[in-house]
Amino acid sequence: MPSPHTHGHDVGERLFVHRHSTIHRLPAEVKTVAMVLFIFTVIMTPPNQFWAFGLFALMLVAVAAFAKIPARVILPRMLVEVPFIFFALLMPFFGSGPTVEVWGLSLSQAGLLAGWGILIKGTLGVVSSILLAATTPARDLLMGLERLKVPELLVQIASFMLRYTHVVADEMKRMKLARESRGFTATGIRSWPIIAQSGGALFIRSYERGERVHLAMLSRGYTGRLPQLVAVTTTPTDWVTAMSLPAVGLLIALTALWIQR
Amino acid sequence: MTPSLRISGLAFAYPDGYQALFGVNLEIAKGERVALLGPNGAGKTTLVLHLNGLLSGGEGIVEVAGLPVEKQNFAEIRRRVGVVFQDPDDQLFMPTVRDDVAFGPANMGLSGSDLDARVDEALAQVAMSEYADRPPHHLSFGQRRRVAVATVLAMHPEILVLDEPSSNLDPASRRELADILRSLDITLFMVTHDLPYALELCPRSVVLSEGVVVADGPTRDILLNDPLMRANRLELPFGFDPRNVPA
Repeated sequence: MPSPHTHGHDVGERLFVHRHSTIHRLPAEVKTVAMVLFIFTVIMTPPNQFWAFGLFALMLVAVAAFAKIPARVILPRMLVEVPFIFFALLMPFFGSGPTVEVWGLSLSQAGLLAGWGILIKGTLGVVSSILLAATTPARDLLMGLERLKVPELLVQIASFMLRYTHVVADEMKRMKLARESRGFTATGIRSWPIIAQSGGALFIRSYERGERVHLAMLSRGYTGRLPQLVAVTTTPTDWVTAMSLPAVGLLIALTALWIQR
Repeated sequence: MTPSLRISGLAFAYPDGYQALFGVNLEIAKGERVALLGPNGAGKTTLVLHLNGLLSGGEGIVEVAGLPVEKQNFAEIRRRVGVVFQDPDDQLFMPTVRDDVAFGPANMGLSGSDLDARVDEALAQVAMSEYADRPPHHLSFGQRRRVAVATVLAMHPEILVLDEPSSNLDPASRRELADILRSLDITLFMVTHDLPYALELCPRSVVLSEGVVVADGPTRDILLNDPLMRANRLELPFGFDPRNVPA
C-alpha cells in the first residue's frame, strides 16, 4: 500500500507557485489561449530581427514580475529545454552556404541563424509555458482545456495522469526497494532484463489499477463524461487583459516582418 | 417493508468458464448491518460486483429496495448502492477531495449549491471537512479510506457496501472508521476477513463459501461455531475470544 504522504511532490502542484496577482486570478482558458497566441507571434518573427526577440523577452520578464514569479523559480525550470538545444547547437556545423570563422571553426551562416532561431523561439516558448504553469494550478488548467472544447477524452487522460503519476511512482519505488532488498544492484547491461521486467510488471499493475478505477467510476454513475464541477465565468475584461500580451507580440512580429521585407 | 437488498438464486460464471457463484440467496432488511465472511476465492468480490450491475449476465435476481438490478435501472441502482472499494487510490481519482466527493452526486444531476451541500454533508459525516481542497495523495491511508466512504455517502445510498474496510488501517484509524460507520443511519453490507471488526460492527454475518451461502446468523454464534469456522478457513486472531466481548 502507498505510504501516507503529506507533502506535495507531484507534478501538478510542484509547478504552481502560489501568489496573489492579476495573472494568477485570470481564468485558465484565457491564459492558455493568450500564451499559445503569443508563442505564435514569436514563431512568425524572422530570426535575424534580433531586437524583436529582445522585446519578447522583456515582455515575459514583465509578466513574471507582474505575477511575482522570481527568476530563481524560472531559471532552473528552463533546464527541460536542454535536449532540444542540442539540435539547435548542431545546426551551424551542418548548414550549407557561406561560412564564417569563429574561434577557428568554420560555421555555416544560415545554420547559425537557424540554430539561433530555434534556440530563442524555443526558449521564449518554454518560459511562457513555465509562467502559465506557475500561475495556474494544474487542475484549473485541465478544466480550462475542457472549456476550450479540447476533446474530453484527452482532458480526462491528462487528469488521470496528474492524479496517478504519484501513485505509480510510489509503486515503482517499492519495486526498486524490493529488488534491492534481495541483493540486486544495477550493474551494466546484464541488469537490463531485470529492469525491463520490472517495467513490464509496473505496466501490468497500472493497467489493472486502471480497470479497478474504471469500476469505481461506473459505481458512481460515470457515463463517459466527467461532470463540470465549477462554473467559471470569464469576463470580457479578462480576455482583454490576457490578450494584451499576444497583441503586443503581434505588433512586434508584424514590424519585424515589415522591416525584413 | 421492502428489504434494502434481496438476492435470489444468483449464479455467475466468468467468460473463461470459471464459475464463482452457485445460487446465492440473501435478504438484508433496511438499517441492518451485515458482514460477509468467507475465505479467499469464495466469490465475495464477484457478489459485490453484482450488487450494482458491474457484473451481470448470470442467473437469478438482485433487487435494491425493490428495484431490480438491470441495465435500464443502472443509473438509479448506482445511486442506491454505494460501493467502497478496497484500495482508496482506486476510488479517489479526481484531483481534489472535494471534486471526488462531488463526482457521484454530479453524475446524478446535482449542481451548484445543492451539490456543495451534499459534498459538505458527506465530508462532515466522515470528519474530513477540513481536507476538502487537498489532493487525495496528501492524505494518510486512513483519511483516504474515510474520503472513499464519503464519496458514496454523498449519493445518499440505500445501502453502503464496503470491501475490506479495515484492511491496511492502523488500529487508531480502524477504530475511527468503526465509530463513523456506527454513526451512520444506513444499511451496511461489509466484506471482511477482520472477524473482530465484523463482531464489533455487524450483529449479523453471512458466510460465503465456494459460491454459496453456507451460514447466516448472529455474528457471535457464527464466530463461536468451531466446526463451521474450520470448514470455511475462518480463524479468529490469536487470543481473541468473542465470549469476552460485551454484547
